[in-house]
Amino acid sequence: MGQRLCEWTGVAPELEIDLALCNIALDHLGQANAWYEYLVEIYPQPTDVDQLAFCRDEHQYYNITLVELPNGDFAQTIAKMALFSIFNYYLHDALRQCSDARIAAIAARSYKEIQYHRRYASNWLLRLGDGTDISHKRMQKALDIVWDHAFEAFTPSPADRIMHQQGIAPDLEQIKALWEDEVHQLLHKATLSIPDTGFTGYRAKSDGVHTEHMGYLLAEMQYMQRRYPNLQW
Amino acid sequence: MKEWPLWEVFIRSKNGQYHKHVGSVHATDAQMAIEHARDTYTRRNEGVSIWVVPSKYITASDPEDEDMLFEPAKDKVYRHPTFYKLPDDVKNI
Repeated sequence: MGQRLCEWTGVAPELEIDLALCNIALDHLGQANAWYEYLVEIYPQPTDVDQLAFCRDEHQYYNITLVELPNGDFAQTIAKMALFSIFNYYLHDALRQCSDARIAAIAARSYKEIQYHRRYASNWLLRLGDGTDISHKRMQKALDIVWDHAFEAFTPSPADRIMHQQGIAPDLEQIKALWEDEVHQLLHKATLSIPDTGFTGYRAKSDGVHTEHMGYLLAEMQYMQRRYPNLQW
Repeated sequence: MKEWPLWEVFIRSKNGQYHKHVGSVHATDAQMAIEHARDTYTRRNEGVSIWVVPSKYITASDPEDEDMLFEPAKDKVYRHPTFYKLPDDVKNI
């Protein structure tokens, strides 16, 4: 998500939006960094953050497909951000109570950033949905495009199940209920219709099988690290 | 090209006691103005409180009136409390 939001640098609709999206992108990168640093400490083989972040192959990434989708127009970016940050909000709220102290700490810090992401994206979704004819059409179209991808977040992968059994991760069904409640209210207030749920079999999170967009995203993201290994500024 | 009104931003820093003017942002409404001000002017931990005011509600003194408004105060030393001696025990003034 951070990678995608960075693509708006310099080309956002307004100066203030440019700043906001970059700030949010940096939040995502910072959160990812925190998680990677913890992962490196407990990883069975010696590795480092850059290696994990930049040098895996496509099938070794387990993000949900929602965050790898192209930005499209501003409405599509907001649609992704809103659906994702509302999920992220409830997820991190639950993770703050995690039995693992480190996870709880990272989640507590991220939670505050995510509160802002959720507010920012929801407000824009409201303004665009309950706006002019053009903004409403674009916002609805954006939602229709990204909608199915959001549900992957709630489908437990084998890893999700193990973490839930060990009391580390929350019950995704509960998160889904909270998400649906908030999203439905938000869409209703924005005079937008809830898209029909179509394909819900995305399995990037469980099997590393991504959409056709992931390859291009990784090519851009990984180029420097792969071309100049151990690059230092 | 959007015609978003301009808002003036005032921030109170952590240790300060009054809001200082730090700049301006464009926004469609007050909520968005607060968010934009937060994004633009508090990135480096500059403050804990934000005020936003639509620029049209700020009335500024005319620079041409500078002499008339401010010169007279320059040579009226009797208006300053310079001749009052503070007792040693009085603190924080």
